[in-house]
Amino acid sequence: MLFKQATIEKNAILMVVLTLVAISIGGIVEIIPTFTNETTIEKVKGVRPYAPLELAGRDIYVREGCYTCHSQQIRALKDEVERYGHYSLAAESMYDHPFQWGSKRIGPDLARVGGKYSNDWHYAHLDHPQALVPESLMPRYAFLGQTPLDTRLIERKLRVSRIVGVPYTDAQIANAKADLLVQADAAGDNDALLKSYPKAVQASGKAGEPTEMDALVAYLQVLGTMADFGSIEPAKMRR
Amino acid sequence: MPTKIEKDAVSGRETTGHEWDGLKELNNPLPSWWFWTFVATVVWSIGFCIVYPSWPSLHSYFPGLWGYSTRDGVTADVAALAAQRAAVLDTIKDVPIEQARQDPALMAVANTAGRIAFANNCQPCHGAGGAGRPGYPALASDRWIWGGTLSDIQTSITYGIRSGHAEARVSQMLRFGIDGVLKPEEIAAVADYVLTLYGKAPPSQASAKGQAIFAENCVACHGETGEGKREVGGPSLKGAVHLYGDTSAAIIAQVTNPRMGVMPNWNTRLDPATIKALALYVHALGGGEK
Repeated sequence: MLFKQATIEKNAILMVVLTLVAISIGGIVEIIPTFTNETTIEKVKGVRPYAPLELAGRDIYVREGCYTCHSQQIRALKDEVERYGHYSLAAESMYDHPFQWGSKRIGPDLARVGGKYSNDWHYAHLDHPQALVPESLMPRYAFLGQTPLDTRLIERKLRVSRIVGVPYTDAQIANAKADLLVQADAAGDNDALLKSYPKAVQASGKAGEPTEMDALVAYLQVLGTMADFGSIEPAKMRR
Repeated sequence: MPTKIEKDAVSGRETTGHEWDGLKELNNPLPSWWFWTFVATVVWSIGFCIVYPSWPSLHSYFPGLWGYSTRDGVTADVAALAAQRAAVLDTIKDVPIEQARQDPALMAVANTAGRIAFANNCQPCHGAGGAGRPGYPALASDRWIWGGTLSDIQTSITYGIRSGHAEARVSQMLRFGIDGVLKPEEIAAVADYVLTLYGKAPPSQASAKGQAIFAENCVACHGETGEGKREVGGPSLKGAVHLYGDTSAAIIAQVTNPRMGVMPNWNTRLDPATIKALALYVHALGGGEK
């Protein structure tokens, strides 16, 4: 009697309760496995949280809307792998908040741009893209090289990242500013930095005067270089 | 609930039997082709869920009877592409590079494979056709920094220049200015001398002074007469075209705080046969040496 249509449609509270039950079942089936399912994010060695300068560079990347023209997602398709390299893994953006997969490619995909060009190239290219790639549509970002990087909030950026699940250690947070300055300085002594953030690439900036361009280049140079593809077991990567 | 289905007097249709305060609803069912198409899609989806990966469980997911995987798919596609290409690329893979150069059929392979790899990987720095840009060496000329034979080029592409790879070609110019090795006036004198090597200025008193400083500081890498030393990657200072500019100011800037270009090692991105094709292609751009 309680679940007869005539009863339900005349009883608003019963209808709301039953609607919630129906939607919850759908939600539970779709959402819970993404938290518990071991196949959602592959286990790959090498993927680490961004070094402070890279994190600052990522913020510049987001601020300038780079994602509107550049994707960071090499799809599992032959021609993509052929042009950009190994298809992207979920693990490679697990410390991205938010991820920068993007959905439009006016420019090329950047998921594996790290190491493809030299620092010099990146500085010159951001300064004046058409000087290096005459047919490029990219706007100039020369002003990044003249804009000092705001480093005041870097420790808090790391701390906030930790709240959303990026495993920064206390030591990494305490050293954030020092690590940032070392990585931005072309002549900085990066031994400690590399221990904390392996494969971090030194920017070509001046000591003590990091610019937004230094941060962006450090970020671009690490993209797609972290994952150790030698450590991957193909059977566990099946999707 | 349909309690009382009756025929509507005006339209001649049946009602659904629902009634709200005297209002009745006509029963206008979906066209049957629509209804059955809908049923068919539902049935199709059941089949789809059975053969393809579908339902998630707490720790895994149902992989489907056909065991389809996007990643297996792309791995197979890439392997098939490699096999298809191998038929062509294998012809140059094991042939000594010098021998490949003399075989027109193999050069056709190298030119095709090399041109495409060049456009994607090399052109952003070295320019279309290897014309070079300020700061990035021209490859279509005979002014090689590390040598222009086939094997020199192949080595440069494979391991890169100052790439961080253990086998990379590395040369380092001292920071004569900012490290205080030379005083600013000495650097200016060296610049005057180097300009005479460029053929941009006649020898003068200043350049003679610069020549003496050059002999003490620069000849180890750039050679006695500025002809360059390829075995240590010291660029030639003769001729009119230069990597970082050919003005006095450019020379002073370079000696004070040298720019040193970086080229990535391509062995992690390109397979050996493609690198060989690239070396043959670059060699044939115009500056290849024997």
